[in-house]
Amino acid sequence: MKGNEALAEAAIRAGCKCFFGYPITPQTELSAYMAKRMEKSGGVFLQAESEIAAINMVLGAASTGVRAMTSSSSPGVSLKAEGISYMAGSDLPAVIINVQRGGPGLGSIQPAQSDYYQATHAMGHGDFHILVYAPCSVQEMVDVVMLAFDKADQYRIPVMILADGLLGQMMEPVTFPEPRTELPDKSDWAACGHGGKREHHVINSLYLDAPLLEAKVQERFKRYAVIEETETDAELYCCGDAEIVVTAYGASARVAKSAVTAARRKGIQAGLFRPKTLWPFPKKELCEATKHAKQILDVEMSMGQMVDDVRLATECRLPVAFFGRTGGVIPTPEEVLAEIEKLAGGAE
Amino acid sequence: MEKMQVRFDRCKGCGLCVTACPKKIVALQKEKRNEKGYFTAVCTDQNACISCAMCAMICPDCAIQIEK
Amino acid sequence: MAVVFDHPKSLLDVSTHFCPGCGHGIVHRLVCEVIDEMGIEGDTIGVVPVGCSVMSYNYFGCDVIEAPHGRAPAVATGVKRVNPDKFVFSYQGDGDLAAIGTAETVHVGTRGENIVVIFINNTTYGMTGGQMAPTTLPGQVTQTTPFGRNVETNGYPIRVCEMMATLSGTALAQRVAIDSVPHIREAKKAIRKGFENQKEKRGLSIIEVLSTCPTNWGLSPEESMEFVKDQMIPYYPLGVYKDVTAEEGKKA
Repeated sequence: MKGNEALAEAAIRAGCKCFFGYPITPQTELSAYMAKRMEKSGGVFLQAESEIAAINMVLGAASTGVRAMTSSSSPGVSLKAEGISYMAGSDLPAVIINVQRGGPGLGSIQPAQSDYYQATHAMGHGDFHILVYAPCSVQEMVDVVMLAFDKADQYRIPVMILADGLLGQMMEPVTFPEPRTELPDKSDWAACGHGGKREHHVINSLYLDAPLLEAKVQERFKRYAVIEETETDAELYCCGDAEIVVTAYGASARVAKSAVTAARRKGIQAGLFRPKTLWPFPKKELCEATKHAKQILDVEMSMGQMVDDVRLATECRLPVAFFGRTGGVIPTPEEVLAEIEKLAGGAE
Repeated sequence: MEKMQVRFDRCKGCGLCVTACPKKIVALQKEKRNEKGYFTAVCTDQNACISCAMCAMICPDCAIQIEK
Repeated sequence: MAVVFDHPKSLLDVSTHFCPGCGHGIVHRLVCEVIDEMGIEGDTIGVVPVGCSVMSYNYFGCDVIEAPHGRAPAVATGVKRVNPDKFVFSYQGDGDLAAIGTAETVHVGTRGENIVVIFINNTTYGMTGGQMAPTTLPGQVTQTTPFGRNVETNGYPIRVCEMMATLSGTALAQRVAIDSVPHIREAKKAIRKGFENQKEKRGLSIIEVLSTCPTNWGLSPEESMEFVKDQMIPYYPLGVYKDVTAEEGKKA
């Protein structure tokens, strides 16, 4: 199944009851699939007049306790930044998918990973975080959608799935879990009409009383701390005795894996560290993976953004080299292998 | 027998009720300011009041209750 | 003696932050009177965006969602689409609805979204201290048109009801005012019709209410009412610009 469509189907099975989209390459098949399937599964599909309207429709639906989702690609996600910040500030759960494309500006329509900073550090104004998942296969995209909805509800935060044009457009075999039927009860906060049975609920992010806003933000950061403690996830491949550890996520991790395998055949002790959560960054797992490493090579489809977090997480104990292609250009395993060999050569 | 009651703490002394009253029996009293510092509206002649509630309808703060 | 006029139940019994003589207070009461009369407070969800009415979540007794500036119609769409049996209304100012939120406003009209939009037109951005709004009158002085709005450079004020009446999904586009008690009665009827339309799933109801802003107009509450009557109503004629129920009447 095609990545974009698998994302949509997974969302429906996760109990997503409404999808608000807007056409943008390379993500549009997701909306088209939702247009066909959502209504039949008893949900709502609506193509909004802009990505801004779409994220605000998600805000509205999520406020009433319903699982809601929107998806877009880089420029569209920039338009959603304010809405995402409002949702974080109103403690609203939702899933936002970014099928990244080359940037900045209109950029290109080929895959890229140049929205890493935006997703993990600067998704909108104010102190807040969103959980960011980085799948690297169609199957993992399906699994991560199910997870994203659960975690969004559990922590009452927006959750982003950071994919890219390659993952969205490629086809791979995939198995779907059973559709989720029991959904968490949100009647303690949802604004879906008090029915005369309870105090009225207010979904709001405005606190003109500064100490009150501070207290609100600090409470939220307690939740973030729990997430940082318990929700990190990463894949370690051949890192046990690796002297050179390649760090990469999503599509570039697939390329890096081939390069690491080729390097191993040439007797180079290389390994791959692939974070599955970008925020919270899997620091413990990276330290584990680089226990024997002398060198780290970060590979991304950008000018290098995650590389900062790699340095931070390893507290610059190790030299961190970087290799990246951007603008929609996908690095090849041969190019990455050449970088590994350069580092390995240097090491001897 | 108060047909027109003004909630002293709610009135902001905007005076809209004064002009709206067809009987011209509503005025802003000048003796006492309320907590917010406003001189509040008051009915100067409860007997003349016909309970038409026009003062209450134009009051932006829902500060007037009318009985008949 | 029986009480003939009292505080509506669905309007929370708190003092509001609105300035003395501000029309918002009146319209809040009218909305709540309609909600009480229809007995729907438990099934109503209000959406209030940024502006003087942003803190209306402290005043409306029903559930309320605070929306980003200009986006209330989109938020309301999201709420209504997944809760079709609930009553949803947005309560917006002119800067919110006719400037930053114009696209959202137009598109709930094109989609015939089954919600009620209460649109307060007081020709200014009240909360931020009286800047020019899309409804500021030609020649009107504001913080950002200190020499009076010059249509050559600042453009012409938007007549929203007339615009919305051209959209097929609009069921009701009516302009009312709160500058006098008869007009206030008329305004309440319009709001009631909006909620009835929503009940009968007729599409979008938008009620534009010409209202006052004494503080930023630099006028007394009484003078502000005059300003509405003498300056605003001539430019924004009151009346029904579209009403599908009226057309139904004609057709049958």
